[in-house]
Amino acid sequence: MLFLRTIPGAISLGLIWGVMAIGLYISYKILDFADLTVDGSICTGAVVCATLMNVGVPMPVALLIAVLAGCVCGLITGMFHTLMGIPPILSGILTQLALWSVNLKILGKAHESLNGDKVFLLVQQMNQWQTILIMLGIVAVLTGLLYWFFGTKIGSAIRATGCNERMARAQGINTKAAKVLGLAVSNGVVALSGALLCQYLSSADINMGRGAIVTGLAAVIIGLAVVSRISSNFAVRLIGVVVGAIIYFTVYQFIVNLGFDTDLLKLLSALLVALFLAIPYWKNKYYRKRPRCKEKTAQGGDSNVGQN
Amino acid sequence: MSDKTKKTCAQSTENTQSMAGNIPMLSIENVTKIFHRGTVNEKVALNGIAMTLDEGDFVTVIGGNGAGKSTLLNAVAGVFAIDSGKVIIDGIDVTKMPEHKRASVVARVFQDPMIGTAASMNIEENLALAGMRGKRRTLSWNVNKKDKATYRELVASLELGLESRMNAKVELLSGGQRQALTLLMATLNKPKLLLLDEHTAALDPKTAAKVLALTEQITAANNQTTIMITHNMKDALTYGNKIVMMNEGEVIFTAQGEEKQKLTVSDLLTKFHELGDENDRILLS
Ligand SMILES: Nc1ncnc2c1ncn2[C@@H]1O[C@H](COP(=O)(O)OP(=O)(O)O)[C@@H](O)[C@H]1O
Ligand SMILES: [Mg+2]
Repeated sequence: MLFLRTIPGAISLGLIWGVMAIGLYISYKILDFADLTVDGSICTGAVVCATLMNVGVPMPVALLIAVLAGCVCGLITGMFHTLMGIPPILSGILTQLALWSVNLKILGKAHESLNGDKVFLLVQQMNQWQTILIMLGIVAVLTGLLYWFFGTKIGSAIRATGCNERMARAQGINTKAAKVLGLAVSNGVVALSGALLCQYLSSADINMGRGAIVTGLAAVIIGLAVVSRISSNFAVRLIGVVVGAIIYFTVYQFIVNLGFDTDLLKLLSALLVALFLAIPYWKNKYYRKRPRCKEKTAQGGDSNVGQN
Repeated sequence: MSDKTKKTCAQSTENTQSMAGNIPMLSIENVTKIFHRGTVNEKVALNGIAMTLDEGDFVTVIGGNGAGKSTLLNAVAGVFAIDSGKVIIDGIDVTKMPEHKRASVVARVFQDPMIGTAASMNIEENLALAGMRGKRRTLSWNVNKKDKATYRELVASLELGLESRMNAKVELLSGGQRQALTLLMATLNKPKLLLLDEHTAALDPKTAAKVLALTEQITAANNQTTIMITHNMKDALTYGNKIVMMNEGEVIFTAQGEEKQKLTVSDLLTKFHELGDENDRILLS
């Protein structure tokens, strides 16, 4: 019974984190770039939004600026990688570390509350059903926007870059610019999730992004496992990723309600994601097929085409 | 537009030698490429290569494994910076131009059918990507209605039955189908140069013959300036109006026109034998 009462909360959290998972899908699946910036940029979204709202900036403006701040985070990681030749993972870690200081400076302290009486909160724990409705709207609009963007010439260039960089360059695509732009979009979406999360929790905390990538990855993997059999349509996949986040938080709540030691939850999440990541690897090893694109669903034939 | 003015500028400075105004489509001047320079693994892959292609030339390139054939095409396409020399395409010095910019005038088909296309995107989307080569990419829809019809017709001309599968992801196509599509993509915008790097080597003989026939058909129709690497000496003699033989980063023999037509496979083999036993492995192919 107690568990049932926590379901709306789990759905709200799942929807908010689902936005983050969509952002991660862009870097991890479309760009094939394991971007650790997100641990920092989700927090940047939160602290920028909270700080601005506390000084009286209207909520929509605060939200927009938080998204732009997230885009800048991605831009920096992208430049570490493309202009300075730093490997993807390390580029993300560097930005993430730098952001810790930046976020602390923006917030001014480690934890800041949002006063729900003084500022308008788009989503809030006090009002789960409203939150769920608004989040459904946000997810729908975001999915529509990204569906459009990745269907344009510029968006397609980003997809091609993530799928086959050599081909992309041969087709005249500036793959460096495509990566930077893709990372900016990805982290902008992640920061949007952070800005919504701080409103939902009525507070921003300097440590709220820790391990975000693991949560996001879990959502992406669970979500794709659910929808990949139904459709390979891009919009369906994005929504699937959000469903993945909802499943993740529902299961999470369930485990917490069982009385599981919450100190161990991060350990559990990490092991779960490790296992999920291993499955395709083990499958490939077993079937001896070589994976080509992260975004692809089925394996094509021709796996035995020689190099020489 | 600025390209045009740049071009006229370049013509007057770079090509003072071609007074008659017939600027070569490609001129490779004394190009050297050294991999791992200054290390124990130093490898001179191209050693002062020079080559000139006029518009409409179809050059076949042969040579043993590691002769530097792929490196030559990579140097022309701008995959890496060369150590010395110049690459001039239609009068424009592109030596310092990055690969993605050079792609506006240079198109390629690789040996591995996986490399030429974006597997997770469909046939239409791949063609649309190629259609934008050398143009500014915008926020307009990638595949519009008008393009759809054009692409469908083009794909139908391949006679592989792919026109009914325009929305199929390319990963579902066979190697031969993918190479044919890559060829179509490469020639879509009528590039100044088409570079084919053993593009039929990974295909079964029947498919290879079909893709070669397509190559012939498209290049002839477009009067396409082409360089084709092949390890099949018969193909090297059958196709094209010029032949180039490479060894250890150097051009060791060239022939064109009638002289090329008179060449036989055994002539080529003799030339390879002159290089020593090491190159006998080319016989195996
Ligand atoms: N990216 C690279 N790094 C180091 N060495 C390379 C690279 N590409 C080619 N080489 C070397 O340059 C030589 C020529 O290679 P390549 O042009 O691929 O030969 P071919 O295509 O004629 O078989 C070979 O010895 C090869 O090992
Ligand atoms: Mg080669």
